[in-house]
Amino acid sequence: MANLTINGKSFTLDVEPDTPLLWAIRENAGLTGTKYGCGIAQCGACTVHMDGAAVRSCGVSVSEAEGKQITTIEGLTSEGVLHKVQQAWLDNDVPQCGYCQSGMIMAVAALLKDNPKPTDQDINDTITNICRCGTFQQVRDAIHAAANA
Amino acid sequence: MNQHVTPQLNRRAFVIGTAALGGGLALGLDIPFGGPQIVRAADGTPEVNAWVVIRPDDTVVIRIARSEMGQGTLTGLAQLVAEELACNWSKVTTEYPTPGQNVARKRVWGDFSTGGSRGIRTSQDYVRKAGATARMMLIQAAANEWKVPVAECTAANSVITHSPTGRTTTYGKVAEAAAKLAPPADVKLKDPKDWTLIGKGVKRLDTPDKVTGAMIYGIDIKLPGMLNAAIKDCPVTGGKLKSYDEAKITGMKGVKKVVAVDGTAVAVIADTWWHAKTALDALPIVWDEGPNAKVSSASIAQWLAEGLDSGPAYVGNENGDVKAALAGAVKKVEAVYNYPYQNHANMEPLNATALYTADKCEVWCGTQNGEAAFAAVLEATGFPADKCEVHKVMLGTGFGRRGQTDYVRQAVQIAKQMPGTPIKLLWSREEDMTHGRYHPITQCKLTGGFDADNNLTALHIRISGQSILFSLRPEALVNGKDPATFAGFNATGDAVIGYSVPNLLIEHSMRNPHIIPGFWRGVNVNHNAIYLECFMDELANAAGQDPLEFRRKLMKDHPKHLAVLEAVADKIGWGTDAPQGVYRGLAQLHSYGSYVAAAAEISVTDGNKIKVQRIVASTDPGYVVNPAQVERQIAGSFVYGLSGLFYGGCTVKDGRIEQTNFDTYNSMRINEMPKVESILMPSGGFWGGVGEPTISVAAPAVLNAYFAATGKRIRSVPLRDQNISFA
Repeated sequence: MANLTINGKSFTLDVEPDTPLLWAIRENAGLTGTKYGCGIAQCGACTVHMDGAAVRSCGVSVSEAEGKQITTIEGLTSEGVLHKVQQAWLDNDVPQCGYCQSGMIMAVAALLKDNPKPTDQDINDTITNICRCGTFQQVRDAIHAAANA
Repeated sequence: MNQHVTPQLNRRAFVIGTAALGGGLALGLDIPFGGPQIVRAADGTPEVNAWVVIRPDDTVVIRIARSEMGQGTLTGLAQLVAEELACNWSKVTTEYPTPGQNVARKRVWGDFSTGGSRGIRTSQDYVRKAGATARMMLIQAAANEWKVPVAECTAANSVITHSPTGRTTTYGKVAEAAAKLAPPADVKLKDPKDWTLIGKGVKRLDTPDKVTGAMIYGIDIKLPGMLNAAIKDCPVTGGKLKSYDEAKITGMKGVKKVVAVDGTAVAVIADTWWHAKTALDALPIVWDEGPNAKVSSASIAQWLAEGLDSGPAYVGNENGDVKAALAGAVKKVEAVYNYPYQNHANMEPLNATALYTADKCEVWCGTQNGEAAFAAVLEATGFPADKCEVHKVMLGTGFGRRGQTDYVRQAVQIAKQMPGTPIKLLWSREEDMTHGRYHPITQCKLTGGFDADNNLTALHIRISGQSILFSLRPEALVNGKDPATFAGFNATGDAVIGYSVPNLLIEHSMRNPHIIPGFWRGVNVNHNAIYLECFMDELANAAGQDPLEFRRKLMKDHPKHLAVLEAVADKIGWGTDAPQGVYRGLAQLHSYGSYVAAAAEISVTDGNKIKVQRIVASTDPGYVVNPAQVERQIAGSFVYGLSGLFYGGCTVKDGRIEQTNFDTYNSMRINEMPKVESILMPSGGFWGGVGEPTISVAAPAVLNAYFAATGKRIRSVPLRDQNISFA
């Protein structure tokens, strides 16, 4: 059993302490917006926020996440209003297949919290998520749009 | 050693696949159409026709037969229908008809297959006709209601107007009456110059759910009582499952059942996938690795190299007498290139969910070919078509891999062993990486001959290596030859070589290692474009000529090829000085009906660290339906192609693929990719593809720039094997 706080809600989940947070979120809490891509913290599709910092949830155990505030893509929208990163993604038509974009958006939301006006170099240094569709130019444009929103 | 894999013909898949190739052939499945006169959508709204449903509130539902996997086809196809329908674009939504419905309605929606950059170009005529037909019926219904001649009525933006009186009504109000009318026999499509929606970069229709996490991919399917399965197939293709020690994992948390699948794989079924995977990893499995257990990359390379000089070969394109011309050449240039296996590495690992009962089977999955997935369900169950269904969902990319149905078949085989319980099969990334349908492996020897005036008089290209069709679609071989291996090298058709050489011979020595090949975005043009376009640079260098000028002389008879090449050369500033330390490379190719070219600017530090500074890419696909999406496809194809060039390459050891995850099979990140400056130059009169053609020129443009920078010619992919990386 583990007690997790996800998107401000308390969950008591029947999972072992070493279960990756990703699978607790997807299978036990039922929030499937967070995606499985590699399981070894390489691709970033599973990125969520833990106490406001972007983490790759496949590489974090449930026991490490207990007592922390977890935010997933579903929790980024507040009372039906899109987060400015989501809005910029919509305005710039960023996603192609969209599968990696939950993680991409979460990584960018964390970046903008720490660095409200990132340069292209800041983006290069921070956003390391894989996108096999290769929608990188739209990601870059939308980050700048969100920063200026 | 290397075995020729004998393809296993799947009878039902063959029937449907053949019908799909024929485009209109009757299916070998006899389902009576029946039903009421008016066909109604699930919500009761009548269909104006199979492609168009209009609700009383004027919502326009456009049926999309092809699959959306990120390439934008769903939006583009809707634009094609809506252009002719003259409907209000802001009221357009889409839905997928199911493969089962398509069978039941005698393939009213045609081909579902989504590959070969065909989604739009091979359905544009009939979907536009569907829109025009619906528009005419809606106008007729309004005219009937008003008792006025139909010629006095016009439609725009979902509003029908009776011009003499100014009376108006909407599509939603007359849709029910329109659905009862017989479709007109004579339907005239708009002249392209009158298009207002086609050619416009409207936003995608499927974005909102992709930014909130609400979009459902196959991996996200949830059904009541559903269990989850993890699978391991024999690591060596051609091997079998010998035994497994189930006792070692009984009692592990959540585990429900362990099952063998098709004699080659074992799956653990559990309450959650994490439990299933954890138990599977703990399960002792003994494999019979079969006859291919000793095959290695080295043994494959040696076998392919033998094919460069000896043995039979299929001729793909020939004119003049190459052997005589080379014998009489004043100067000869020869080079050997190679291209490796590549994994699709779809972001979403393969998965399918199946529910099997005693007399019915349903599957939910992302698939590039709903009809092939449906055929796989029929084959795996033995059920008739009216007892099976496939529900298509969004694909977390496909790139050709999801046109295959192995994962669908597995899901059904697992579900059959637990009737009544829906089971979601998900491959781990490691399973996905090691059981791909890989970009085929080839080598190529190219020989060019010059006369005394440095004119290219002979070109001999001999490819040695794997055929995709041999393994996956043997019925498409032509007297044993795989025509697809000559993509970009043909004399005629939609993938024509852009150079006229008086003596030309292009041939293929087919050698099929046991690794199963597949259609990997771009398919055979990935290697063919490197072979041809890097070698053209070598020939230009040998002739002491500028690469553009050298090509131009050979392209007189190929004005469309030349036009796209000149467009990128012009934009990148070819012939003018590049910035200090920056070097340029060019490439062009014709494939999937489209003419494409690229120019790259790179800088190189320490001789082996490449920074791609600029990419200019052009395409002439005949018509551009949505320029915003075409630009995204071009840029994305460069990410995919350059990832394969720099980071890709799957190697074989002890009969199995060695790369297991993104740590050993990496993909480009945002910091490595410059903005792609695209030039869309549709010349009209033909329909070419978009998703794939431009990937072909990504690698050769960069490799040619690398030669310009270093004087070193790279003839082997991936670059990581040559200690070359991104800066």
